[in-house]
Amino acid sequence: MIRRLFIANRGEIAFRVIRTARRLGMTSILGASEADLSSWPARDADEVVCVGPSPSPQSYLSVDAVLAAAKAARADAIHPGYGFLSENAAFARAAAAAGIIFVGPEISSLEAMGDKLMARKVGIEAGLPVVPGGEAADKAQALERATATGFPVLLKAVSGGGGKGMKRVDRVEDLEASIDMAMAEAQASFGDPRIYVERFIASGRHVEVQVLGDGETAIHLGTRDCSIQRRFQKLVEEAPAPLIPADKRAAIETAAVNLARHLKYRGAGTVEFLVDAETFDFFFLEMNARIQVEHPVTEEITGVDLVEQQLLIADGHRLTLTQDMVQADGHAIEVRINAESWADDFRPSPGTATRAAWPTGAGVRVDTHMPRGGVVPPFYDSLVGKLIVRGATRDEAVARLTAALDVLNIEGISTTADLHRAIVRDPRFQAGGVDTRFFEGLAHG
Amino acid sequence: MTAELPLSPEDVNEIATILDGSSYDRLDIRTSRFRLRVERSGEGWSQEWSLDEGAEVAVAAVVNVSIASVVPEGLEGVAAPLPGTFYHAPQPGAPPFVAVGDVVGPDSVIGIIETMKLMNPVHAGCTGRVSDVCVENATMVDSGAILMHIQPA
Repeated sequence: MIRRLFIANRGEIAFRVIRTARRLGMTSILGASEADLSSWPARDADEVVCVGPSPSPQSYLSVDAVLAAAKAARADAIHPGYGFLSENAAFARAAAAAGIIFVGPEISSLEAMGDKLMARKVGIEAGLPVVPGGEAADKAQALERATATGFPVLLKAVSGGGGKGMKRVDRVEDLEASIDMAMAEAQASFGDPRIYVERFIASGRHVEVQVLGDGETAIHLGTRDCSIQRRFQKLVEEAPAPLIPADKRAAIETAAVNLARHLKYRGAGTVEFLVDAETFDFFFLEMNARIQVEHPVTEEITGVDLVEQQLLIADGHRLTLTQDMVQADGHAIEVRINAESWADDFRPSPGTATRAAWPTGAGVRVDTHMPRGGVVPPFYDSLVGKLIVRGATRDEAVARLTAALDVLNIEGISTTADLHRAIVRDPRFQAGGVDTRFFEGLAHG
Repeated sequence: MTAELPLSPEDVNEIATILDGSSYDRLDIRTSRFRLRVERSGEGWSQEWSLDEGAEVAVAAVVNVSIASVVPEGLEGVAAPLPGTFYHAPQPGAPPFVAVGDVVGPDSVIGIIETMKLMNPVHAGCTGRVSDVCVENATMVDSGAILMHIQPA
């Protein structure tokens, strides 16, 4: 039984996990770096252990440092949050070897979802649709693939990420030159020239499904739409994904559950899909084997505490929820408030918040670790809080978000609040169902 | 630690909802550990937490490791545009962007500052010759710290 829970993370998610641990009667132990020793979560946790110096490679990302701290604190279990060590199979294995429960899926699931081609292969095995295409060892094979999927196609690096080695090719006569370039870029960036060819979906939406599994069975908690992104970083998330025909939505949810069952998945996970915004054809992209930043929108419409579910499953309990018990009610939207200046090309803005007035009231939830006088250290990512609103309908949620953003007032550091004020006033957002090109078309305030 | 805050986010939400149905505009609670202000703000309600100040100084001390330096007369100083870790080279093992004696222009990149996992180029901001590199490679600096001296052309 988990009595002493070690939290191997920082910021709002550390605070979030402490709250549920406290409600469940567990002792919360925060592993904090030197820069975070007097953060709000550190003051709120029952106990605090220093996991090392401020730079994350020496603290939050160090398997040895985090595990030593958890052992010293006599923890029964470790909640890794998101990012850092949350999907690190070596860390999960080391925790298990030390007799500490890793609050996350089996190591086999972490490994199956760790690499893009592997995830694609497992998805196909589970019967999920994937974007037409496949690996291309040489030009002849690439041409064959492209001819089969139809143009335009996207060339992607097998070991890639962050857009490097990615090329869009519209015509067959451009293919050869583009393959040369994509392979050269892939080699230079990742030391691996292998590429694969996929059909290019011009108007795509990023839709994901929250799943819960206990190793025997799995259920879903509906969809989230995360199409509003900048450079593959999510800015706004909502649940459920708006304006998707009911039969297509059900098919997406079923596909996600099929994957979770195929993996005998244990814990909370998110299955990501690319959805064609015109035809609603959907394709499996990858599965995130952890709690997501945007989990609160699902919690707000289902009433399920996802961190509680993670802890119960990790503690060896079977799922007590059935699919029928999960009823979505209303619409929820989350915006990420980052310490970045929109006006200055998203330049990071660490420093001290001389004011931190967050909205509150009916239908408003704020997950933050930032009080007035709180410090944003320069060592970590820039998320300072998440503003989540709920309404009976999407229109009501949008109205509530507009009002809540007007209340939000953080001074001393720049935040992305002004970006979100522009987004909520954009008619495309108000209509709903935008594709991933939304950000490019956003008028600068 | 163990300074358990007595009010959950749900409690604060309820307080705002109750106040919303009343004629009150503000609730200000102050204890030895924290201060919470819940107040009417336009059409909605805001919450602002402040924690006791004792420990906040300690955080500032950890972060504040900048190198204060004065720019000698006749030279220009290149100041850090934001706090972070200052690097001389684009990646470990690579040659530095500039060395003492190099000629630079306003847009020349003289180093990068890593802040919140993002690499931010630092520009010389003036034309001249690099006369001194003031900060060691991979050193944490505050915003405004002088990184290099440049002999204006």
